[in-house]
Amino acid sequence: MNMDNTPSSTPTPVSKGHALLERWKMRWDRIANNRKAFPIVLAVGFILSILIPRFGLVNEYVQLVIIYIGINIILTTSLNLINGYMGEFSVGHAGFMAVGAYVSAIFTTKLLPDNLGAIYFPLVVLAGGIGAALVGLVVSVPSFKTRGDYLAIVTLAFNMIVKSVIENIEAIGGPRGIPGIAKLTTLPWTFFWTVLAILVIRNFVYSNYGRGVQSIREDEIASDLMGVSTKQVKLLAFTLSSFFAGVAGALFAHVLQFISPKVFDIIKSTDVLIMVYLGGIGSITGSILGATVYTVLLEVLRPFGMWRMVLMPLMLVLLMIFRPRGIMGLREFRWLIPGFDLYALKYWRAKKEVSNGTSAS
Amino acid sequence: MALLRADHVTHYFGGLCAVSDFNLDLEPGELVGIIGPNGAGKTTIFNLVTGVYKATEGSIQLNGQELVGRKPNAITQLGIARTFQNIRLFKDLTVLDNVRIAYYNWMKYSSWESLLHIGRYRAQEELFTNKALDLLEIFKLDHFADDLAKNLPYGSQRRLEIARALATGPKLLLLDEPAAGMNPREIEQLMEFILWIRKEFGLTILLIEHQMRLVMGICERLKVLDFGATIAEGLPAEIRANPKVLEAYLGEGGDQ
Repeated sequence: MNMDNTPSSTPTPVSKGHALLERWKMRWDRIANNRKAFPIVLAVGFILSILIPRFGLVNEYVQLVIIYIGINIILTTSLNLINGYMGEFSVGHAGFMAVGAYVSAIFTTKLLPDNLGAIYFPLVVLAGGIGAALVGLVVSVPSFKTRGDYLAIVTLAFNMIVKSVIENIEAIGGPRGIPGIAKLTTLPWTFFWTVLAILVIRNFVYSNYGRGVQSIREDEIASDLMGVSTKQVKLLAFTLSSFFAGVAGALFAHVLQFISPKVFDIIKSTDVLIMVYLGGIGSITGSILGATVYTVLLEVLRPFGMWRMVLMPLMLVLLMIFRPRGIMGLREFRWLIPGFDLYALKYWRAKKEVSNGTSAS
Repeated sequence: MALLRADHVTHYFGGLCAVSDFNLDLEPGELVGIIGPNGAGKTTIFNLVTGVYKATEGSIQLNGQELVGRKPNAITQLGIARTFQNIRLFKDLTVLDNVRIAYYNWMKYSSWESLLHIGRYRAQEELFTNKALDLLEIFKLDHFADDLAKNLPYGSQRRLEIARALATGPKLLLLDEPAAGMNPREIEQLMEFILWIRKEFGLTILLIEHQMRLVMGICERLKVLDFGATIAEGLPAEIRANPKVLEAYLGEGGDQ
């Protein structure tokens, strides 16, 4: 035991590697804690999202991957609201996505003239979101009475219902789906909707409604007895979550250019679930990282062909063993926490000192 | 007029009668204790008052307003707050968030304002935050504000639970075994503390407790339950001398 504490017995390579790790950790912390960086990242990101397609800074394939990352971030963050913050287990996120995708695709292919599609695209996406939100409103009703595994079954059933309903409506192509959707999802629009989703969900989480949602995860009975209207917050959480799932669906439809009910089956929902738990529950930073890492890894592993679907789950299993709460479970980058909330204690202490000072003098 | 009035309250779990014909009149400012052996129906009464269970028969009124049939959060809004026998904090949330959640009823901003952080949101959040921190300071928990509730020492968790209950702005506070797991010195402090918060927050307190020292020390009136039935009520001194009570309850615990 004593030997370990003496410096001479510590092997040099380990300490060197350790020091390097420490330095990287410090550097990482400095970036993570510098809140001024956040608006700069947003501005640079937005400018890049315009410049990249304009001047072809990266090839079409990479642009496409970036768009998918954005869509996946929206999906993951919105599902995290239910599965992470509220602590329920929804497995039907692709159902909401399907509603958003179909509503928006019907608008651009059937209702609007071709030349107006691009101009009205933000409104079309909004319509997709609202359509999904209305459905989410309905799905939130069983959540008032049902919880846990049983609610999971309800969401699973919902996903299946959406799929079969679409399959049986001939007017929207039935099982054949809607082909020939214009490619309207551009990089700037993806960036805009991604940032909007992140910020709105962040805002919600850092309000007393959002805290109410989290208190349901912790202890629903206590939450009810502390005056939280659990029905109200469940309704809000489901509606908000499905709204952004619909938005993601609309963006997805207009980049894939072809949608069919098969695209939005349970496998798609599982993909989103994986990204949520990979990134970590109850964390927006986690959702961003989870969606990015998963999307990029799937692309990087593409050369492995069939083996991709062996390697990817294997990585997930390892992650769950060594980091059961995902990359950022229940933790948040300081960038994303509203300033006055982050410094609440500091402000309060300062105020206290001022009032103490005046009363003393 | 009585603050809380329970009138012939009876509650069944299936065929089991958990509480039978329970009557209580709580005057404003009183401190009343409910005692009884395990399984006597004490916590069930708290659950009936706070709306977790709906009484099978009878009525419970707060300031003349019927509580039976109301939802728990609506009852909290009317001015009843409680703590729990087994601590029920929001463990993975910070101490500050635990208290802030309890201001839910006082929230005046709409969900739209919360989504965009506009309008009344900012002012109200600052108000809640400062009120919560002021409250935590009273309970000597302000230096834990940013810690997760689950990381607090046991005694502090108990105090946090009371702080959270007070944040809802109650007239009536229900304490479910506040002294559970405390040593005699801590119980002594707790007794002073309960008397102090009653005065400071103008509360009426109803408490369940097994610790005779605490019950006999601070309660003005006692009710004794056994198998759901009220077997005695009166001043602590009377209860101590009541043979029925000794048989049902104190008989086992000796002459503490």
